[in-house]
Amino acid sequence: MADAPAPSAAAGAPDPIVLRVNGVDHALRVHPMRRLLDVLREDLRLTGTKEGCGEGECGACAVLVDGQLVDACLVAVAQVRGRAVTTIEGLATGTDGMTQLGTIQRAFIEHGGAQCGICTPGMILAARELLDRVARPDEAAIREALAGNICRCTGYTRIFASVVHAIALERGGGAP
Amino acid sequence: MPAIGQSVPRKEAVLKVTGRARYVDDGALPGMIHGVTVRSACPRGRIRAVRFAPGIPWDEITVVTAADIPHNVVALINDDQPALADRVIGHAEEPVVLLAHADRALLQRARAGVIIDVEPLPAVLSLEEALAKTAVVWGQDNVFKEYWIRKGDVDAAAARAGLLLFEGEYATGAQEHLYIEPNGVIAEVTSDGAVTVSGSIQCPYYVQKALMKLFDLPAERARVVQCETGGGFGGKEEYPSMIAVHAALLAKKSGRPVKIIYDRAEDMAATTKRHPSRTRHRTFVTPGGRLVALDIDFVIDGGAYSTLSQVVLSRGCIHAAGPYDVEHVRIRARAVATSTPPHGAFRGFGAPQSLFALERHLDVIARRLGIAPEELRRRNFVRKGQTLATGQVVRDDIDMSGLLDRALSASDWHARRARFALESARGGDGVRRGMGLATFLHGTGFTGSGEKFLASVVGAEATPEGRVRVLAASTEIGQGTSTIFAQIAADALGVPYDDVEIATPDTRDVPNSGPTVASRTCTIVGKLVESAAASIKAQLLASGLLAAPYDSAAFRAACARYVRTHGPLRSSATYEQPPDLTWSEGTCGTLSGDAYGAYSWAVYVAQVAVDAVTFEAHVEEFWALQEVGKVIHPLLAAGQIEGGVAQGIGWALYENVVWKDGRMSNDRMTDYIVPTSADVPPIHVVFEERPYAHGPCGAKGIGELPMDGPAPAIFNAIADATGLELRRVPATPEVIFEAMEERAHG
Repeated sequence: MADAPAPSAAAGAPDPIVLRVNGVDHALRVHPMRRLLDVLREDLRLTGTKEGCGEGECGACAVLVDGQLVDACLVAVAQVRGRAVTTIEGLATGTDGMTQLGTIQRAFIEHGGAQCGICTPGMILAARELLDRVARPDEAAIREALAGNICRCTGYTRIFASVVHAIALERGGGAP
Repeated sequence: MPAIGQSVPRKEAVLKVTGRARYVDDGALPGMIHGVTVRSACPRGRIRAVRFAPGIPWDEITVVTAADIPHNVVALINDDQPALADRVIGHAEEPVVLLAHADRALLQRARAGVIIDVEPLPAVLSLEEALAKTAVVWGQDNVFKEYWIRKGDVDAAAARAGLLLFEGEYATGAQEHLYIEPNGVIAEVTSDGAVTVSGSIQCPYYVQKALMKLFDLPAERARVVQCETGGGFGGKEEYPSMIAVHAALLAKKSGRPVKIIYDRAEDMAATTKRHPSRTRHRTFVTPGGRLVALDIDFVIDGGAYSTLSQVVLSRGCIHAAGPYDVEHVRIRARAVATSTPPHGAFRGFGAPQSLFALERHLDVIARRLGIAPEELRRRNFVRKGQTLATGQVVRDDIDMSGLLDRALSASDWHARRARFALESARGGDGVRRGMGLATFLHGTGFTGSGEKFLASVVGAEATPEGRVRVLAASTEIGQGTSTIFAQIAADALGVPYDDVEIATPDTRDVPNSGPTVASRTCTIVGKLVESAAASIKAQLLASGLLAAPYDSAAFRAACARYVRTHGPLRSSATYEQPPDLTWSEGTCGTLSGDAYGAYSWAVYVAQVAVDAVTFEAHVEEFWALQEVGKVIHPLLAAGQIEGGVAQGIGWALYENVVWKDGRMSNDRMTDYIVPTSADVPPIHVVFEERPYAHGPCGAKGIGELPMDGPAPAIFNAIADATGLELRRVPATPEVIFEAMEERAHG
């Protein structure tokens, strides 16, 4: 719409960028090229999304955009205009301890999937994306789905165990 | 039910899985601005001038140089490292100028606008150049520190008839910690000059010491608070003192709180890494495989300032002779200076380097003697009552031969080796498989008299709600400090795990429990937690407000009533060295005696596949068996072993720091490769628990142990698979390719 400025826009003030984060709509007057990561952390104060490398290698800033896993450090906020973003803050229904946690979050606690915790939000969202996409992923599928999220603490073993347990929690039965 | 031995939920688990745990970059203070560091590109030289390019509003930017610093030193051991380079540049990436402003984009332009004009001097860019003295950058000979261990008489033994001599040289490269949260702090300086720093910190009292020295402050005016910390592995042991004094200098000059967060490239290039090493072995062996004499020359590259290198060196030196009973041992160990950023603490602290050399060398010897590698080791294991290289009598109730048997059985060692040999003889399918092992030990706690001098303190106090809070400076950095301390305290008090709180490590509130390093947190500090908690219970019982037996509610009521009627209920416990330990560090650096109060012992086995087309080595399965005393928390303990094994796999196969003119040229996660979920194999962890008399409930240290074994086990497996006797960590595909080419074409 470059040839037709929006009627509501004052001179120099662009249209707000509207996006839905964890089910809540936000209209943000920010530079369109601002990183989604910075918008989440600084404008919306959702600091659960972490910056580990700033170049899409570590996955600490992974969030879901319309259900798809993306690194928020590589995405300009204009690219998610009108879309639904899910961050780690969107996976629990409240802050009242274990009962309001998502299944993957509970599984990470029970199986030692989080150590220092800095990769944990991105890792849990990567697992969420996998479980939303595949009914009963096997170990190879879990390994592949998490391969873009670097953890330096766990050696991944407890993370795999956590994801397997989350599958059982959500879909019943034992390990695949 | 006792909490110890149960896999209770991590204390901070809910905060971490919900993203609500507060790391340093998640917080801000009113009026806070940002700081950046301008660094030298040149490895060594004299600063002729520092110029500020036109076109940047310098009057709006806070600028700090060496001229602004009262005592320009980052206090550690020898106090030789300046906070900012003054006249001379000792290494590439050395900080020279600090800048602060509210606008981070402007700061990036300003950083590029600082021109450091340096007259270059000859630099020393490797350990070999340091030893050859191509230039002298430290003292007379580039040697920071030299240690010796002497047992028996190696020269007399070497002259004996009938012994076989095996010589070998082994080397290891630098390793980047790559904690996923980079270094960062926030500093605040009040108008009266009191400093508060919060940040991603392993050792708050180290940072406090640095602030006190640089600003000439008493302890109560230099406060350090640990934020949730996103991994450390040693990388946040000494380096945070540097970034903390930088932020405090900027805060003092600007009058505003200052946050410094390193980006990934800066953190990789400028902060510490594992010391590169070179080890030469001369080993005298009977034809039957009995080790008679070990003559070892161990050298580590310390970088441009001494920092912790002498301590890393002593641990590496002591571990160089491994878990073996050898009559004659001579170890010469040196830490040398180069013109690279100082190398520092990293999980294992010198032991992975020297143990790699030994365990690799033993496999070479075994192959030449025609003895199975496991049998060569079995014939030489130290047993209870025998002596290690320093003359320390082994008091641990250890049976390495039995642990080896369990490992061979668990890994199906003999059958797999036979099968892989057969597959290779048939030509394989483009993949060569092999099995390798390493047997080793790791000392718990500070070396020698270190714990005695630290004299660590832990406190405990009852809260008005009737809970008990543990006051310790030991930091939770992912390894589970808060959880195991609460378990230990709960059992000592006789209350549920949830009734124990852990205070935030804040130098205002907690005593100095020593640094969170050296596999000491559980066994040394944990024992003090046990004592401090037991003292709270004893005071309550003595007050008559509590009578045994009691339940949680009765305990809480008694606690709360005590606080109401008598005031604070507190206790404190101070480390006392077990009376039977003796240690001496001679004037010539000769180490002897009880190097550690206890050791953890291990046998690790790797199954490795080497691709004949891509030359990649891949670990397919891993077995980690260890004797670690009582396991406090099975899930956390297994997590420590698995995580350490993964870092060991990374060091062995992938993690290659590429140096160019003294700088790390692959300072990005794109080309410094660490293991992903696709690279780490199934890891089978087995604990053997033989309680240690001086650990809480019998626990010893486990944090560093798993870093020691993977590299030699993997290299030994590569040798088994391919016949290649690789001697330098890491074994990247390029290294394996070149070794195969060399073998094929001479």
